[in-house]
Amino acid sequence: MEFEVLGNKDTRSGFGEGLAELGQQNPDVVALCADLTGSLKMDAFQKAHPDRFFQTGIAEANMIGLAAGMTIGGKIPFTGTFANFSTGRVYDQIRQSVAYSKKNVKICASHAGLTLGEDGATHQVLEDIGMMRMLPNMTVIVPADFNQTKQATIAIAAHEGPVYLRFGRPVMPIFVKPDAEFVIGKADVLAEGTDVTIIACGHMVWKSIEALKELHAIGISAELINMHTIKPLDEAAILKSVAKTGCVVTAEEHMMNGGLGEAVSQVLSRKHPVPQEYVAVNDTFGESGTPMELMTKYHIDTPDVVAAVKRALARKPIII
Amino acid sequence: MENKALAGIASQVRRDIVRMVSAVNSGHPGGSLGCTDFLTYLYFEQMQHNANDFQMDGKNEDLFFLSNGHISPVWYSVLARAGYFPVAELGTFRKLGTRLQGHPSTDKNLPGIRMASGSLGQGLSVGIGAAQIKKLNQDPTIVYTLHGDGELQEGQIWEAAMYAAANKIDNIIATIDANGRQIDGDVDDVLSLGDLHQKWVAFGWEVLHMDGHDFDSIRSTMQQAKALTGKGKPVVIIMKTEMGQGVDYMVGSHKWHGVAPNAEQLQVALNQLEETLGDY
Repeated sequence: MEFEVLGNKDTRSGFGEGLAELGQQNPDVVALCADLTGSLKMDAFQKAHPDRFFQTGIAEANMIGLAAGMTIGGKIPFTGTFANFSTGRVYDQIRQSVAYSKKNVKICASHAGLTLGEDGATHQVLEDIGMMRMLPNMTVIVPADFNQTKQATIAIAAHEGPVYLRFGRPVMPIFVKPDAEFVIGKADVLAEGTDVTIIACGHMVWKSIEALKELHAIGISAELINMHTIKPLDEAAILKSVAKTGCVVTAEEHMMNGGLGEAVSQVLSRKHPVPQEYVAVNDTFGESGTPMELMTKYHIDTPDVVAAVKRALARKPIII
Repeated sequence: MENKALAGIASQVRRDIVRMVSAVNSGHPGGSLGCTDFLTYLYFEQMQHNANDFQMDGKNEDLFFLSNGHISPVWYSVLARAGYFPVAELGTFRKLGTRLQGHPSTDKNLPGIRMASGSLGQGLSVGIGAAQIKKLNQDPTIVYTLHGDGELQEGQIWEAAMYAAANKIDNIIATIDANGRQIDGDVDDVLSLGDLHQKWVAFGWEVLHMDGHDFDSIRSTMQQAKALTGKGKPVVIIMKTEMGQGVDYMVGSHKWHGVAPNAEQLQVALNQLEETLGDY
């Protein structure tokens, strides 16, 4: 299983490119940003479509309300700010004016997780997937690399309803093909295996690809699923894989509480209980540091995926 | 419409309100009664709107957003009396399965409602967003919003106020229900708004004042507000009202903000409110 690295870019740039393309394709797409246009890579859209770009200033609650109101004239608003300010800061606005009201708002969130880096814990949201997946009517998407973030950005414009799109700051390897089809709610099986299923999202997909090589070297056959859509969750893909492997590792740049791992465990506990191990941040805030230092310190790095696989395998019932 | 006709509708709306909240022993009669004359005027005289063919996108018709969603009884009654849905449905208010949720909701597709409200402070942002898209769509109609004065304690209102003026959103008319009361008592005692007129002026809005229980005052002010649209500034009307207007034992008291009259109290209230259009 060779993964060709097609380049290195940040996922937020995939969002910026996708939004710029959407701007050309679809006159109903409008964009709002709360004073982070450069960080969100929304400049291209802003420059090409100044009449459809709304600078809200540092006022995220108002931005979400504006976006909800903008759907009423038939527009498709994309809001942009850091993940922390896209969710926790405006949870009630999203809950009432977007999710409950079923408004066609796309909440696009950059700098998610620890890999925001040096700014520290005030900005490193690790709870956002949990908050968003708890909301009825909300679709939650965490694409894995630059290409997939671009594809997802374009795909959500065609989806009627509220969406949370989560991406990040660091430059990471690109491995999704530029012409790959992005289907909301349909997981990508990146590698087939028989011993363990690794289910990952976001930056942890690449970390899991790296783990595959190490696992292969020690004779472990791992199946890798890129679960880019957390909600609705592709239960069929999980159950099909687990029927073969009998144990699971979930890997995410998010709190263990509320995240992808918990979503997967809900499926397994109801439909096919098997041992599951979690690669996630365990009930703690982050801190300042480089993205990769933080992934190592908070145990969401490649060796942590390998270790979790070993733990999961050790818990598999021995069939004689 | 003649003032007498408007007053007749308003009397029926007030009957609807007290009957609705009394029937389920819950809901918010105080603010509802206080905003009855305004909403009656708005829907029966001011707005260009299509009650018989409700469209969510509201293109080429005036829009209204109720930001202080707890006064849903008055809105539901006015919407029903204006023809958005059958008047008989008012009898389902707050009951299981109803489209007339405790606070307004789009969840069950009640005609006339385009946004959930209840958690306060959000409706001005929503209205401004809708107004900005009307401009983008070259739609000349107007967006109206209504807010409680207590609601102005929410910070999001002032984010929205700043945004609207900075962006010259001049196709919105916001109205403040200035009854001076909120759940815990007088607004001045709970958290004073200070000089509300000057606050809106400082935020860059055209500020008008009206008596929310005098149809002549409402008419002239609303006409003036409409004439001020399209001139580069958002418009706000500070509307003086009395909580509980129309029912003597409720008038001016915050105690009827969120308390329903019992059967005996209801009868006293109904004796003061003429049945003009037939009860639901």
